[in-house]
Amino acid sequence: MTTPADGIQILVIDDEIQIRRFLRIILETNGYAILEAVTGAEGLMKAAQRRPDLIILDMGLPDIKGLEVLRSLREWTTTPVIILSVFDTDQDKVAALDAGADDYLTKPFSTEELMARIRVAMRHAVPAEEVQVFQTGHLQVDLTRRLVTVHGELIKLTPTEYKLLHLLIRHAGRVLTHRQILREVWGKDSETQTHYLRVYFAQLRQKIEADPARPAIIITEPGVGYRLRVG
Amino acid sequence: MSDPERPDPDALLAAIQKVEAAKKRGKLKVFVGMAAGVGKTYAMLDTARHIQAEGVDVVIGYVETHRRAETEALVAGLELIPRRKTDYRGTTVEEMDTDAILSRAPQLVLVDELAHSNAPGSRHAKRYLDVTELLEAGIDVWTTINVQHFESRADTVQQITGIRVHETIPDSILDFANEIELIDLSPEELRKRLAEGKVYTADRIETAASNFFRIGNLTALREMALRLTAERVDQQLQDYMAIKQIAGPWKSGERLMVAVGASPFSEKLIRWTRRMAYNLEASWLAVYVETAQPLATEAKNQLARNLALARSLGGEVLTITGHNVPEALLRLAHQRNVTQIVIGKPNHTPLQTVLRGGSLVDHIIRHSGEIDVYVVTGDQAQSDTRASALPLLPTVQAHSSWRGYLWAALFIGSVTLIDLVIVSNVSWINYQAVGLTELLAVLLVAVYLGRGPALMAATLSAISWNFLFIEPRLTFVISRVEDGILFFLYFMIAIFAGNMTARIRTQERLARYTADRTLALYALAHATATAVNMDDVLTTAIEQIRHIFKVEAAVLLTEGATLAGHPHGCSTMPLDDKEMSVAMWVFEHGKPAGRHTETLPLASAQFFPLLTPNRTVGVIGIRSQSDQRLSADEETLLETFVNQIALVIERELLDEAAQQSAMMRESERLYTTLLNSISHELRTPIAAIKGAASGLIPTQTNENRVTLIQDILSATDRLNRLVENLLDMSRLESGRIQIKRDWCDVGEIIGVALTQISDCGDDHPIDIHTDPDLPLVEVDFALLEQVIVNLLENACRYTPVGTPIAIRATHRNHQIVITVEDSGAGIPPDKIESIFEKFYRLPGTPTGGTGLGLSISRGFIEAHHGTITVMNRPEGGARFQITLPLQGSAPPVPEAAP
Repeated sequence: MTTPADGIQILVIDDEIQIRRFLRIILETNGYAILEAVTGAEGLMKAAQRRPDLIILDMGLPDIKGLEVLRSLREWTTTPVIILSVFDTDQDKVAALDAGADDYLTKPFSTEELMARIRVAMRHAVPAEEVQVFQTGHLQVDLTRRLVTVHGELIKLTPTEYKLLHLLIRHAGRVLTHRQILREVWGKDSETQTHYLRVYFAQLRQKIEADPARPAIIITEPGVGYRLRVG
Repeated sequence: MSDPERPDPDALLAAIQKVEAAKKRGKLKVFVGMAAGVGKTYAMLDTARHIQAEGVDVVIGYVETHRRAETEALVAGLELIPRRKTDYRGTTVEEMDTDAILSRAPQLVLVDELAHSNAPGSRHAKRYLDVTELLEAGIDVWTTINVQHFESRADTVQQITGIRVHETIPDSILDFANEIELIDLSPEELRKRLAEGKVYTADRIETAASNFFRIGNLTALREMALRLTAERVDQQLQDYMAIKQIAGPWKSGERLMVAVGASPFSEKLIRWTRRMAYNLEASWLAVYVETAQPLATEAKNQLARNLALARSLGGEVLTITGHNVPEALLRLAHQRNVTQIVIGKPNHTPLQTVLRGGSLVDHIIRHSGEIDVYVVTGDQAQSDTRASALPLLPTVQAHSSWRGYLWAALFIGSVTLIDLVIVSNVSWINYQAVGLTELLAVLLVAVYLGRGPALMAATLSAISWNFLFIEPRLTFVISRVEDGILFFLYFMIAIFAGNMTARIRTQERLARYTADRTLALYALAHATATAVNMDDVLTTAIEQIRHIFKVEAAVLLTEGATLAGHPHGCSTMPLDDKEMSVAMWVFEHGKPAGRHTETLPLASAQFFPLLTPNRTVGVIGIRSQSDQRLSADEETLLETFVNQIALVIERELLDEAAQQSAMMRESERLYTTLLNSISHELRTPIAAIKGAASGLIPTQTNENRVTLIQDILSATDRLNRLVENLLDMSRLESGRIQIKRDWCDVGEIIGVALTQISDCGDDHPIDIHTDPDLPLVEVDFALLEQVIVNLLENACRYTPVGTPIAIRATHRNHQIVITVEDSGAGIPPDKIESIFEKFYRLPGTPTGGTGLGLSISRGFIEAHHGTITVMNRPEGGARFQITLPLQGSAPPVPEAAP
């Protein structure tokens, strides 16, 4: 298989040896170099010393809370961070994403999910030139001329709908929390009005999804936010 | 200070509070008349019949027809609550049955003769108290009363008619009356009715006509009745103006103070003051100055009656201690910004006045400064002789028993004897020295035996000095002029010195007494502040009360919303059933009752409610060992004690409540931590399995191996779901499901649910239909999603492969309705309800589920106050239906900021 990740180093911070083990095997198979850390303190130290390209951080660490580690990291680095969490703790996930994590994975997860997230995170880590035309599935968006076509047909979006879509495209593949979306599109005062998103995404889906009832492009991440699917 | 134009905020608040309180109470309508026979009862019955015809539920509580034919005719047709018959000392007495009326709970009850005194053994001493109870229970009351029954008018009526009225009610009852109707009749008319036999039966007409029913009397009474009504209307107008904030004549800023004593004359002073205060629109207070001089029992009772009268007429009652009465009064007057003082004109002769060092009135007038003084004449027949002196001498110390006098006499006698002996044997000591030693003896008597014996000793020593020592000896004659002067001066000095010394002594005792009192209160506060728990608090409090007041006490706390069934363990006084019911009454009504009060006075103990601003925390009962009534000052102190105890009890209760909630929060926290850690522990190995297995697949080329690994993967998914279900079940069971409500789009939730059932979803065509205009609904996204996933999984798993599944979401009647339909075998009709039970699985279904899904779903939906039901479709298959209430709608959604 193609291994696009030559020389990329990933730091895994997790206290469970089995998790670290299969991560090591999978990641190395896919061509990534891996560093391991068992505690939050060790993770912070290694992150500072070895400057990895990506960090995978478990939220259930024994010594320091995952959120604290993330905050410490974000004080001095913009390295992409993917957090691993257990299902029930929605608030932790959202808090971590709002605090600067790039994406999340819920345990138990499959390798496909993991690899997809890593790819997306790495893509956004490298500041790319402005994408002129974005394409996914049957959706095509000309960002310079603000034209949106579905199945080749031009469709009309309201300014707000376009703004939403543009935001998702800028972060294509990555999850965006409700708060982040609301802040970007409606402003800081509307950070908690999640129902704006329900209404607007329903409208947007009606316009650009093949089957709005089973969205394939704009994916709802329950309790967390939304993600634009790529590939 | 206070602007006469602006409404006094206190008055405004009082007026508004009155209106609000009045809304919950029953309404009182009073039919007032000038005399018997004007037709009050008749008018009341007549009007009652009219509104009964309009549908109001009216009963007769008590009506006295006096056997007048017209009145009796009106009684027919109205429901009559039978009177309560009690046996009192051999005779059967009939009184109004308040309890029967309360349980009958009519809208309106008619109660005649408001001023009536109930027979002993009734719950209240007076009928107007029963009426107050009825009003507080929300029952409207109509009643009748003659103008002579009002306390403030009783004196005047007596003066006019010569008849003493015994059954009076406080004027303040009129404040509760919502309506007053005056039944007016000209005196000539009334006399005509009397002559026609319509007022009294024939035998009494003659006497009535000549005594009470004279034209002069009736005219005066009529005027009084008219005045009373006019005053009342004026008051209503004032209240109305106050509430509507209409500018008008406000409280003038005047304040009256009346000095109350232990004589019946004070009653008149109090009533006079009230009337004056009303006319001046001023507030007034009644003050009693308690000196070290204790009162006889009769005087104590009279004083208590006086103070109670002042209270019931609406004045503020204060008891202060002091040795010098006028000084104390003036001090208080200055403190409270009193503008007018009312005192009674003294009855003493001028000589008494001089001996007393000036009368009370003179002293007050002299030092009143800016304050006006009103001096009101007393009734000549009633002078306060009770606590007063022999005509010539200043007041005698009442408590110095005859023993004191005996000792004084003995002492003086012995000193005189010693002197005699000395004088006879020692030549250079003569009668002047004797005089001085006798003087010293008198002073000693004053210090140790009190004023009375000191004065007696002074007299005795003066006489014996004259007789035995002054030339010529053994006579009462004094030969030399300077000896005469000496003698006279001696006598004066002895009297004044004796007086002064005794006064200092009593002042010192008074100061100590007051200090003791303050110390007692401080000790109570201190002891209860450091008490550790409720038992401690109560034991300490009861001990303090016993010690200070020499009474036994019992405390009853609340149990839930009502009073406990038995006294608290630290009580020192047992309570029998009768006393328990008194305590219950006190608790419900928030007023004191029992011995020495007007309510239930036959009880053996006195009960006080323990009131705090928020509620009544209990009841305390006390019984004095000697059954003597407490003095006015002691009662004030007791009230302060009771308040303090109530506050401390409430503090304890709040402490307990705070502890409880702290414990609950702690257990909540522990539970959450436990659940989180279990969840983590279970999922980590599952994650390891899934991760490792899915990592294996790309490395395998052997198809069998790939299949096996995929089985591992699907098994871990099942296991994961099982863990989820168990944790959810555990949360539901413990009641700790927390719904995070947010405005959600049901269509979106269905979309997410569909991605979760990807495996079995491939085996069935799923048709989705949501109403295009389905409103947002406030639900917990994750919970609802899980419910829909559950329903879909069931539909997939338990129906044949390839059969269609349909999901519909619509709304109607303020509800969202979501249905999941399949085309499988359906549910056996007798199992329709059972499938929602925990761990229930339909017999004959393929294995692969825990049986928890539906019970969890129901738990989640019911936590949203929705319903989930199932029924069989006529076309075959099952239909599960979820309904969720729609409350309100989402706020409007604006466009984005540019």
